[in-house]
Amino acid sequence: MTEPTVFELSSPGRMGIRFPNLDVPSVPLPESLTRDNLPLPELSELDVIRHYTHLSNLNYSVDGGFYPLGSCTMKYNPKVNEEVARFPGFLCSHPLQPLETIQGNLALMHELQEWLKEISGFSGISLQPAAGAHGEFVGVLIIRAYHRFRGDLKRNKILIPDSAHGTNPASSAMSGFQVISIPSDKRGNVDLNALKNTCDESVAGLMLTNPNTLGLFDENIEEVIHTVHQVGGLVYGDGANLNALLGIVRPGDLGFDILHFNLHKTFSTPHGGGGPGSGPIGVTPDLIGFLPGPIVKIVEEGNDEVPPLYGFYTPEHSIGRMKAFFGHFGMMVRAYTYISMHGSEGLRKISEYAVLNANYLLARLKGSYRLPYDRICMHEFVLEGHWDNAPEIHALDVSKRLIDYNFHPPTNYFPLIVKDALMIEPTETESKQTLDQFADVMIRISEEAHTQPQILREAPHHAPTRRLDEVKAARDLVLCCWLPENQE
Amino acid sequence: MNYPNDLQYAETDEWVKTDGKIATIGVSDYAQDQLSDVVFVEVIKAVGEMVMKGDVIATVESVKAAADVNCPVSGKVIAVNEDLSQSPELINSDPYEKAWLVRIDMSNPDELGKLMDSSSYEQYCSERSH
Amino acid sequence: MFIPHTKIEQEEMLKVIGLKSLEDLFLDVPESHRFPTLNIPPSLSEMEVMAHMQTLSAANETTRDLVCFLGAGAYNHYIPAAVDAIIRRGEFYTAYTPYQPEISQGTLQAIFEYQTLICALTGMQVSNASHYDGATATAEAGVMAYHHYRGKRTKFIFSPAVHPQYRATFRTYMSGYQGITIMGDENLEDPFVKPDNLSSLVDFDTAMVIVQYPDFFGRIFDYTSLAQSVHSKGALLTIVVNPFSLGMLKPPGEFGTDVVVGEGQSLGIPLSFGGPYLGIFATKNEYMRKISGRLVGETVDTEGHRGYVLTLTTREQHIRREKATSNICTNQGLMALTSAVYLSLLGKHGLRKVAEICYQKAHYAAHQTSKIHGYRLCADSPFFHEFVICCPNSVEEINMHLLDHGILGGYDLGKDYPTLKNHMLVAVTEMNTRDDIDLLNEVLAEVAND
Repeated sequence: MTEPTVFELSSPGRMGIRFPNLDVPSVPLPESLTRDNLPLPELSELDVIRHYTHLSNLNYSVDGGFYPLGSCTMKYNPKVNEEVARFPGFLCSHPLQPLETIQGNLALMHELQEWLKEISGFSGISLQPAAGAHGEFVGVLIIRAYHRFRGDLKRNKILIPDSAHGTNPASSAMSGFQVISIPSDKRGNVDLNALKNTCDESVAGLMLTNPNTLGLFDENIEEVIHTVHQVGGLVYGDGANLNALLGIVRPGDLGFDILHFNLHKTFSTPHGGGGPGSGPIGVTPDLIGFLPGPIVKIVEEGNDEVPPLYGFYTPEHSIGRMKAFFGHFGMMVRAYTYISMHGSEGLRKISEYAVLNANYLLARLKGSYRLPYDRICMHEFVLEGHWDNAPEIHALDVSKRLIDYNFHPPTNYFPLIVKDALMIEPTETESKQTLDQFADVMIRISEEAHTQPQILREAPHHAPTRRLDEVKAARDLVLCCWLPENQE
Repeated sequence: MNYPNDLQYAETDEWVKTDGKIATIGVSDYAQDQLSDVVFVEVIKAVGEMVMKGDVIATVESVKAAADVNCPVSGKVIAVNEDLSQSPELINSDPYEKAWLVRIDMSNPDELGKLMDSSSYEQYCSERSH
Repeated sequence: MFIPHTKIEQEEMLKVIGLKSLEDLFLDVPESHRFPTLNIPPSLSEMEVMAHMQTLSAANETTRDLVCFLGAGAYNHYIPAAVDAIIRRGEFYTAYTPYQPEISQGTLQAIFEYQTLICALTGMQVSNASHYDGATATAEAGVMAYHHYRGKRTKFIFSPAVHPQYRATFRTYMSGYQGITIMGDENLEDPFVKPDNLSSLVDFDTAMVIVQYPDFFGRIFDYTSLAQSVHSKGALLTIVVNPFSLGMLKPPGEFGTDVVVGEGQSLGIPLSFGGPYLGIFATKNEYMRKISGRLVGETVDTEGHRGYVLTLTTREQHIRREKATSNICTNQGLMALTSAVYLSLLGKHGLRKVAEICYQKAHYAAHQTSKIHGYRLCADSPFFHEFVICCPNSVEEINMHLLDHGILGGYDLGKDYPTLKNHMLVAVTEMNTRDDIDLLNEVLAEVAND
């Protein structure tokens, strides 16, 4: 079952591609700066195609099956997006070309900027951040810049609910803030009293995911935001869970000051086995001046005959550049295509059915699994993967057993505030049939947990590999294949 | 779970064994159980360095968690356990003997008064694990 | 569109949940803000959207239509058909991050191989699974150095010949840390200064020195003596690379550098107007635990078969949270796969061959240009495939003429370096034929004569 590595498949002298002969006279190479040896594999094109095809067959993917991964929004990735992103007019454009040669790109980016603002209720936007965590970092840097600009240098704290994704405190720490954790209450909301007691003028802001990582819409959302605003702090929205809110409510309308989007979650751009993502960031009018640039703007208005002329600008008090060039344009093309195909009614349907699917699964599973928060959920919900009368079984074992039934496990052990958490997010692109199959299997596994726990403990039995030894991986670190020429 | 009587314990799961002014520090059986298989230990203070109570003196990593070890007392580091970098699993197999982390020459032995004895610590641990 | 539910199914599902209508799902949302009207154009069918996108893309003129001599951090290289054939497989691009290793061995092994390929190319001992791009990888090297010295060393020294956008990104990343000084590139009066001159700036407060190879002006230097002087003060050296050039050039590991970062776009990734690209990060074994980003390690399963998993994950944000040294989560998985496929396809011989082709064509172009009255080759050091020419007119003017002849001219260095007005950075790759190069020089000569 194991596929050799490209180094193991290598055969001296093989080459996968030929280049044209040199058509210019040649000059000597700079000897002292030329390498003696290049220890790369030697493979034919067929070797390469077969190797990667074999590898691809070892992968689970959305195209192959259901991924109820909470917080990830593993919806179907439309194929038309892949076609469009590959149009040479987009794919072959160099980021530093003269503006008059890439007006199509700028028009696309500008319109996407406008649509994301409209969807979320914000006035300013930058498409530059490369991923959600990158957008969060931008958001916290903007909070920092905003206060410093006002001459307020004593705000050194960011408040973060204990249910938050790890990127939230990590981004805050990277921006020089102290992180204060705010507990959740029994209904899964931010504990208002704890929040009120912690809010003072040393607080720069609150980072909030709504709906939160328990899949719950905060029942006191407006008061939470108001509490922070009252002491002069800003509220940052983690937009990872935006799939529940399209056409339902706009975070800007609720009072959020900043929000990042995950184009690779809400807007269907593919996950790629770990990226690339894209994390644009939206802000209120007060914060536009701090956005990272360059941002697309209209330089000359158009009319009925002539389209507008587009260009770039960087806001006056920008926090600075976050990466080279303009962001993940390839993902912007996909997201733009996706939004175009949905329109405003279609967007609302996405969230309605995402939330319907989640509540349906919740209803089907709550008899077999402990549900820590028995409320209408949004697009995801959390179950406990543990039973008091089946003490050896934990969320991990339920997850690994799901693999035997051809389902990808839900998100494990997150959020941290639920022990043995299984976070389930079906998304709107899954049919009732798939959900029923999944629910039936989950119920079956809950029974197995009580009658045949060993089967779960030793799962998976029917995957490309059995359970992998993560302790050994961390203790005997091997991060590189054996290289043909040893480099010491 | 093992809670040797001759040791004192901090709320953050470090144990202290005193011999006159010398304190030996490690992490408790409860801590290693919570972490599960330890894969890496890094003591970040060197012999001769001064530490204050509460300073991070080491990081212990398992596959699912990374924990900071906070020094329960202040003083000067007089010894560091070199075996742990090669054999981090000692933290799991022998947390109270072979897996000691540092030895401190205490500057303020009164700080020991803030620590728990074996039965209080045992009580504290049972309350947490419910 | 992509929502499969029928009315009947919807009713059945609502019944099981115990609700009457879809609206009932959203009662927690404050009523005054519920169900806003979004001012977005009406939905388009697939046919209509394809037509619309064709129109948009046709409004561009790109490297498909124009002869390209533009580089400056993004390069027009040939991408073999096999590369896209692989990364278009749904099993790769619609897969998630490999947190469940038993069903992600495809992604995990591919990334493990990528890590090895990067080590082979750069001469370093360990590589991570990617950063966003060359600029952010450079910034993360700075963050790593800051934590390595626990904040006790706060000086960072840049060669002015490091990509301007990378230096800008670095400054943004470091803005949250206290007392940081970033220097070496603030006064850009002598941008062509040789790297060994940086040694005089290094002291015991220096955390890291950063240089580029080939540098932003295309020049190549041996950084061995710089590495030695950096190390003599206990500081770290980072070299920013164009990995494509390492097909031919001495690997930076041999200079004794501590960290290698770079932009992997030149390894089979399309230009795509600036992204998504690939941040490369490689270092020595001793810094392994300080690297941010994912790492894939080899292990075995319960039956003793070889397999791969994400490892050392306790460094990362989802476990360390505010104590993580970086917040990176989603990285550039598919782009790392892309570059691994490209490197596997070209291999030991192909990458060397194509790198040499670029070198030779660039040297032919430079030689021809230097013979034109009014033009001069500027930087007087060996170069790889980019070089600087001093022009008789403004670069903007020259590029307009070039565009009229279907050529994308080089980068206007005056945009970033005040003393380099009328200096153009020209890149030549295997995509430029001799005829292309001769045409470039003809037009350059024409412009000078006006």
